[in-house]
Amino acid sequence: MSNKMKLSGLTDLLKDLDVDSLEGVTIEGDIELDISGGGGLNPAMAYALGHEAAQISLHVANIARMLGYPIDQLFAASMGGFPQAPIAGQSRIEELIPSKFDVAKMSEWATPIQEVTLGATSADGGSRKNTITLGGENALPYYFDAEMPHRNYVTMDVFDMPIGMAKAVKGNYEDVINDPAEWAKKVVRDFNADMVTIHLISTDPLINDTPAREAAKVVEDVLQAVDVPIVIGGSGNPQKDPEVLEKAAEVAEGERVLLASASLNLDYERVAKAATDYGHAVLSWTQLEINAQKELNRKLMKQCGVPRDSIVMDPTTAALGYGLDYAYTNMERIRLAALMGDDELTFPMSSGTTNAWGARESWMKESPLSQDSDWGPREYRGPIWEIVTGLTLSLAGNDMFMMMHPTSVQVLKEITQTLYGSIEADEIDITNWIGAEV
Amino acid sequence: MKINSPLEAYKFLPGTNCGECGETSCMAFASHLIDRSKKATDCIPLVSDEKYKKKYAELEALLAPEIREVVIGVGEKAVSIGGDDVLHRHKLTFFNKTAFAYDVWDTMDEKDLVERVNKIQDFKKFYVGDFLTLDMIAVRSISDDPAKFAAAVKKVMETTDFPMVLCSFNPEVLKAGLEVAAEKRPLLYAANKDNWQDVAALAQEYNVPVTVFAPNDLDMLKSLAKTFSENGIEDVVLDPGTFPTGKGLRTTFQNFLKIRRAGINGDRDIAFPIMAVPLTAWMAHDDEVSASYWETVVASVFTVKYGDIMILHSIEGYAQLPEVHIRDTIYTDPRKPVTVDPGVYEVGSPTADSPLLVTTNFALTYYTVESDLSSNGIDCYLTAIDTDGIGVEAAVAGGQLTAAKIKKGLDEAGFDMKEKLNNNVVVLPGLAARLQGDVEDETGAAVMIGPADSGRLPGWMEQNWPPQK
Repeated sequence: MSNKMKLSGLTDLLKDLDVDSLEGVTIEGDIELDISGGGGLNPAMAYALGHEAAQISLHVANIARMLGYPIDQLFAASMGGFPQAPIAGQSRIEELIPSKFDVAKMSEWATPIQEVTLGATSADGGSRKNTITLGGENALPYYFDAEMPHRNYVTMDVFDMPIGMAKAVKGNYEDVINDPAEWAKKVVRDFNADMVTIHLISTDPLINDTPAREAAKVVEDVLQAVDVPIVIGGSGNPQKDPEVLEKAAEVAEGERVLLASASLNLDYERVAKAATDYGHAVLSWTQLEINAQKELNRKLMKQCGVPRDSIVMDPTTAALGYGLDYAYTNMERIRLAALMGDDELTFPMSSGTTNAWGARESWMKESPLSQDSDWGPREYRGPIWEIVTGLTLSLAGNDMFMMMHPTSVQVLKEITQTLYGSIEADEIDITNWIGAEV
Repeated sequence: MKINSPLEAYKFLPGTNCGECGETSCMAFASHLIDRSKKATDCIPLVSDEKYKKKYAELEALLAPEIREVVIGVGEKAVSIGGDDVLHRHKLTFFNKTAFAYDVWDTMDEKDLVERVNKIQDFKKFYVGDFLTLDMIAVRSISDDPAKFAAAVKKVMETTDFPMVLCSFNPEVLKAGLEVAAEKRPLLYAANKDNWQDVAALAQEYNVPVTVFAPNDLDMLKSLAKTFSENGIEDVVLDPGTFPTGKGLRTTFQNFLKIRRAGINGDRDIAFPIMAVPLTAWMAHDDEVSASYWETVVASVFTVKYGDIMILHSIEGYAQLPEVHIRDTIYTDPRKPVTVDPGVYEVGSPTADSPLLVTTNFALTYYTVESDLSSNGIDCYLTAIDTDGIGVEAAVAGGQLTAAKIKKGLDEAGFDMKEKLNNNVVVLPGLAARLQGDVEDETGAAVMIGPADSGRLPGWMEQNWPPQK
């Protein structure tokens, strides 16, 4: 090696030797670096000249430093002192350490969620235009471990009599509140509902005590009015519901509806039998308790002979701020246990997201507390309450949402389908978001 | 943390049961190390005695959370982010709730800026006995002018103690901000593939935490984080980019999942807190309500899944209320029931003719009953009995709700029925009907049985109140 060499010679030398990196290299002899060839070696000047030049010069300087050249001193000599880094005074980090990101998929998620199909088309002896299939997941929702086979679905609530509703909800239904069939038509036609839930609440002995046979007529009307799959709900009265759901199941024979609900506090055997006799699915409803959910599912399967493809679970939805923490974790635990093979929990889930309207924050005009900051207009607050309640549960594994407000339905469908991957949108360039005028 | 049983932690303690930590035994202290209610530094001998030096260092390494904890700001309002050990909150709990930073920008009028900062720092929403509040101010440089930025940062500091995020991609601008604010330990935002050397130098010189930003490029994100931490910059926050719509948002979501899973699974190079920027929703929507809605939706997604800090724009109540509630929902410890203080609460404006109702101090039960009553305009006294945070049905079965407990609850609240009420009636929840006789004996009051579900209280009141003489 000569006693004198230019940096260009150095890089050429390295190239000739096919050297990518240098480790433990020492160079002996007197070394003199010729830096008079240009300002490119001075980082401060290079910075001013342009970033690219700086990168090159620093790179070359690095190599020189690795080879043992007294590079800093040389710079200092040429500048008449030590150079200042352009921004901060300390020594700069010279090299980006290249790194590859990698993460393993979840190997323990080996059991798929049971698929449950609701609705029956003419090919299957029903009169629905389409069917809806829930479940089938092999991972938590929207995860990269496995594609979700089916998107989330929204079934909108319809009642068989006028009910008390939050003002923001009521405004959408005033014209149909006395006519469940028209109400059902409206939610499908105007509000993009995937399904309709008809709640036969007037059958409650404490409300109108409508006879089961009469309530079943409403079911027939709704089946006539819309061609989407439907869910049939009772009044929640444990004495009356089995009878109401039996009659409803009978008139809906062949349509493969979802009967809501079988629970531990009523004669679930009758509800289960109505479902199996007439070819429907059954909603297995428990209250925020994973073991109760396992018990009921077990009973429906073993004791009542409900096939696995005919069970949907509702482990209870508590509204945002009113127990959603329990509802979220309950659902998440259920879904994780199912994916890991607990066959008493391997079912799709449904949420009574409408419960969000029970939270005072969703409907109250303003905070009753003077210390609270302004809550904002309830017309905007109510729907977002229902959206966030549903969205949270969708992330825990919920498949189907029972909802009420048109805006909530629209936004929830948009966000869940975005995460699912079926929403196209113009890509937004966020690289300089800081300067955005928003 | 690398260990999960008190026995494993115990091995590193002196074992002298000296009691200096406030616990009666080293084993009790060890269990608090595992549940994170105590720190290794609380063991005085371990920290101060030279002979324990090695054990102390080993213990600290074992107790360190998988995701690095980063502190932003100083003093009472300082914010800790990160520090998590699990992917699902039921496995342990999530620590250090997501920090919410709301933005101001350096082209604002001074008056508007001060007003906005005040609105952000004054926000509060009553919930379960306390107020939900916001955390930070993000100062954005729109002007790209170091002097303007420094002036805005200074004004924010004069107005609030909230910690700050200093946002610019221009190192000169960031430097100007740091010269004003470094002692407040702001978070630098951000180092990217172009400016990282300068921003790293600033983070080192001013000793502040720093964000690395590599939109949808996890290799680059990890390279930056690794480069920084191996050069001694360990307070790093990761921003993988928040694309607000369509496939971009789906990818963003999956990036968050990947980063957190890798971090929890032991990839130290990427085990840092993650930042989301729901503010980008404003780049996709023109009208304010749509933008606020979508921002809240994006914020909710990343509060549930692994966002440790986020930058937001809308300060409308209808957007902020769900944001602070979803955060509380996800960061409440699922291992212990949330309770309210036992006592007798007034719902509405009760008088001597109003009913006295009984429920438990399980927060969910209490607030459900309370809201069922207040939203229906029922004036009453509502007693929360200390059942260790267990709901009515389970508390009756388990003996946490008894006649003696009800009597004790009323006495301790100083509620004298004879003095306060004309009716001498206690209303029990339907699910506690079996306590009727005992409560009558214990309190000397007449006992009525309410409905099993407090949602039916309004109908029940109509039929049963005032009670027949």
